[in-house]
Amino acid sequence: MATTTNPAHVAAQRIQLALIGCNHRSAPVAIRERVTFTSEQALSAADELRRRGILEEAVVLSTCNRSEVYGVSTAGPGTIAEMEKFFVSFHGLASVDLNGALYRWTGSDAVRHLFRVAAGLDSMLLGEAEILGQLRTAYGLALEHGATGPVLNKAFQGALEVGKRVRAETEVGARPMSVALAGVRLAERVFGDLRGHAALIVGAGAVAEQVVEHLRNRGIGTLRVANRSLDHAQELARRFGGEALAWESLEHTLDQPDIIVASVSASNPVLTRNALERAIAGRHGRPIFVIDLGVPRNVAPDSTGLYNLYLYNVDDLGEIVEQNRKAREAEIPRAESIVEEQIRKFESWRIALESSSIADDLRERFYLQRESLLREKLGQLSDVSPEERARIAAITQELIDRVLEDPTRRLRHGGGMRGRLGAVEALRHLFGLDESAPRKDKKN
Amino acid sequence: MGHLLLAYLTVVLYAASFVFYARVLYAPQARHGWVATFLLAAAIVCQYFALLLRSHWTHSIPYDDLYGSMSLFAWLLAVTYLGLEFFHRQRSVGAFVTLLLTIWGAALRIAVPDTPPPPPPANGPLFAFHVTLNTWAYAAFALSFVLSLIYLVQDWVLRSRRPSVTFWRFPALDVLDRMSRSSVYVGLLTLVSGVSFGLIWRHRLSGSYSWGDPKVLITLAILIVYVAYLALSRIPAWRGPRAAVLCAANFLIVLFSYTFVNLYFTRFHRFI
Repeated sequence: MATTTNPAHVAAQRIQLALIGCNHRSAPVAIRERVTFTSEQALSAADELRRRGILEEAVVLSTCNRSEVYGVSTAGPGTIAEMEKFFVSFHGLASVDLNGALYRWTGSDAVRHLFRVAAGLDSMLLGEAEILGQLRTAYGLALEHGATGPVLNKAFQGALEVGKRVRAETEVGARPMSVALAGVRLAERVFGDLRGHAALIVGAGAVAEQVVEHLRNRGIGTLRVANRSLDHAQELARRFGGEALAWESLEHTLDQPDIIVASVSASNPVLTRNALERAIAGRHGRPIFVIDLGVPRNVAPDSTGLYNLYLYNVDDLGEIVEQNRKAREAEIPRAESIVEEQIRKFESWRIALESSSIADDLRERFYLQRESLLREKLGQLSDVSPEERARIAAITQELIDRVLEDPTRRLRHGGGMRGRLGAVEALRHLFGLDESAPRKDKKN
Repeated sequence: MGHLLLAYLTVVLYAASFVFYARVLYAPQARHGWVATFLLAAAIVCQYFALLLRSHWTHSIPYDDLYGSMSLFAWLLAVTYLGLEFFHRQRSVGAFVTLLLTIWGAALRIAVPDTPPPPPPANGPLFAFHVTLNTWAYAAFALSFVLSLIYLVQDWVLRSRRPSVTFWRFPALDVLDRMSRSSVYVGLLTLVSGVSFGLIWRHRLSGSYSWGDPKVLITLAILIVYVAYLALSRIPAWRGPRAAVLCAANFLIVLFSYTFVNLYFTRFHRFI
């Protein structure tokens, strides 16, 4: 039967957050693709880890760039090895297959890793936002399934907070990091909300498709596609969810779109200065934003100075992306300081939880000693009445409570995080609580 | 001197509001945005009571000396901006406006008179409306000037293809353009109303409209250039950056009217 930790009944052992996994840095795609988890597999793995008693709480996070198992155990240092054995066998691999590809973290290092993942600091694309959604989904599934407990709940809620704070308080995720997104975000700097605006896609290409996707995500009003071949234009229009436009009518309709994305293989510019000038005049001066993704360029270079024309070619956008990358990197220290702040909060909570449980265990141990002593000593005294025995029992219990009152209070509330951690460690050592404290796991 | 205490508190509130607006500009958070707006609203309320107490102290509406009229101007600028913020649901320019208000408020401390100015002749409510509405018009034009400058900077950055940190947080050109025009509409409406009240008041007082007074003439010129801005900003050759330059340039005429004309040219509009 699976077990879970409970804040009120955590045994006096260390609460250990443990993590094993691999990501785009530690493992090539050839390995990563062999250790992915579907949603169902993630839940069954979490169940199995708990059923076997390897972990008390478990969450599996699996994306295209990472496969990670987070867990909580009070079993000690053997946990990681057990997790690794399980991880390998779950995917039908041998340990040697993942040699060097797995990372293993415990305690605050595991928490740090989780928080950095949520912040996008561990992502391939620094500060990307998708990971936060993936983390939320993985955690939500595990929570719904009952695979989490107080420790992982606290850790993942902390991680989601870190993710939100880093994106809100730093520039790590603020600036566009792809040519397509940079183009669309620049268009927003001109038009604001893109809903109700019109876009024209001239030609096709991978980046142009990405631009279309971003435009669609922002609710672009009208989307038209022009291609040299009308059949191809119709096919692209179907794919993009827009209208096809005959190539011959391109120049006459240039005054309609607010945003033009040009991506045609042509040796000469497809959009000339004259054509754009006429388009702007036909728009009564309303600006046109042109993204020229063609190489050679699709828009005549002498169009640059046209009034109310904002023209960006692929080099311009590439340069902006590069600037943004550097700017995002410059924000890493601020993001890391948010991560560290949240780690301190989590550690403080964990120590409070441990302090509380260790105080309870210590009291219980004294009670057991008292009972044993009373049984032994009072058993030898035949002239003590039951009332007197009860009074002696009450007095000795009160003595224990009084002796432990101040230390318990200090352990729970005083001395700062370091002091409390030191006290917890000292009590564990002096009273041997790690070895013999009774486990009080609550059955599910 | 309770009004002075409130005036100091107003500057502090404008400064605090600026801090939150700047935070919103750098790293947007809805919570900070609401705090910024709340602090600005608190500053406006505080300044209103400062002006009210000062009116009781001087026994006049606060436009009879430089300090009073400049305080009224700042208050009306803040009120107009807050209205535009709600109307356009846009906080990105709040940092610039509140910075201006903070500096303006701090600088005004130098002009605080020790003794109340001599009570003005009882000019009646028409005159009070005339001056207040005209001051409001100038405040709205000042706001459109700020918005036009931001527009021009944003346009320059877009054309230079070197976006900086805050660039991505600035409002879009289209939004700035609409905000600027809204502000000019407010300015024109209040200026026309203010001038009308002034003409009626003058006619009642002297039986003439004083059309030849330089202040009246330059006010008519201001009306014409701002109407021209609104008209030109819709035609192809002017729409966009050129209209923004025109709007910014128009404010120079407002400044000229508010300073040189008041000081050296007019006879009965000399109140500085």
